[in-house]
Amino acid sequence: MAGRIITLTSGKGGVGKTTATANLGVALARCAQRVVCVDADIGLRNLDVVMGLENRIVYDLVDVVEGRARLRQALIKDKRLPELQLLPAAQTRDKSAVTEKQMIKLCEDLRKEFDFILIDSPAGIELGFRNSIAPADEVIIVVTPEVSAVRDADRVIGLIEASEKPAPRLIINRLRPAMVRRGEMLDTADILEVLAIELLGIVPEDETIITATNKGQPVALENRSPAGGAFMRIARRLMGEDVPFQTFEDSSGWLERLSHLFKR
Amino acid sequence: MNFLSRLLGRPPEGESAQVAKQRLQLVLAQDRLNISTETLNVLKDEMIEVISRHIEIDQANVQVSMTSTTQCTCLIASIPVIRARSPAPAESAKRARAPRQRSRA
Repeated sequence: MAGRIITLTSGKGGVGKTTATANLGVALARCAQRVVCVDADIGLRNLDVVMGLENRIVYDLVDVVEGRARLRQALIKDKRLPELQLLPAAQTRDKSAVTEKQMIKLCEDLRKEFDFILIDSPAGIELGFRNSIAPADEVIIVVTPEVSAVRDADRVIGLIEASEKPAPRLIINRLRPAMVRRGEMLDTADILEVLAIELLGIVPEDETIITATNKGQPVALENRSPAGGAFMRIARRLMGEDVPFQTFEDSSGWLERLSHLFKR
Repeated sequence: MNFLSRLLGRPPEGESAQVAKQRLQLVLAQDRLNISTETLNVLKDEMIEVISRHIEIDQANVQVSMTSTTQCTCLIASIPVIRARSPAPAESAKRARAPRQRSRA
């Protein structure tokens, strides 16, 4: 069976595309899917460090495209999960080193070997973004509950719709349930109303993402953290399972709940 | 924190999420239509000009904005009316009633 090519993009930088790609890759691999994460951010590679595979890079995506290495030589196997591999970006080149056509060819080759090809798009809407979108069967938009991120997401959604791809789906990242309850952060319903696209998942703000990234161990490797659990749920949804969305009702501290009692 | 704020007599913090949503709806409506604030201002000036021919309006308080929902994008004009102008001779036969203050298009 041919694999699915899924691109994660956002318009705005710093919303968690790379973290989401790494964790979705891990989560899907834990569901026994053969996964390759492709870093399409040529010149600013980061997926390797987030996944903790930076010390094992020999060849990169541009080496493959330009024929200096075969695909199998460039792919890095994740020793923690036999189903997971990484195709790193080149660090010393720029976006113009690859064309849309080459990206499509590369991903078609990967499609034969993997169930999921996850492409981590660079921020922006220029060449690197277009290269990342060109091969995609499906697009996932990553957004944080902030006006700037939502605005950029809307722009990107418009561009994807114009490119005749199927309607993208949305991951809301770094949601802070306590702030939403106080009316101080855009909630899921607000964002969905404004962007008018289908929700794929909600990932709560979680400090363990920072410590996990420090160590190069994506949170989805374990079940303990809220964000890791959220990525596992997204992975199951991607595989077609009907997983209900979390409401984060009980995640606030006792102080928060106490203050809510007095607020009434 | 809210309880503490109340004890200390501080005003509660505004619900900034609603502000964010409203600002987003305006800015996205403009982005999607690719209409700039300048264009909106030109539109406003021209609307004032046309409407003023027939109705005396409070020009300083005219507001033109856009909003966007999942269903549609709306152009909202709020035009405070002072009084109808005395009709031109040719039009005296079909004198219109005073229009509503808020019009949606």
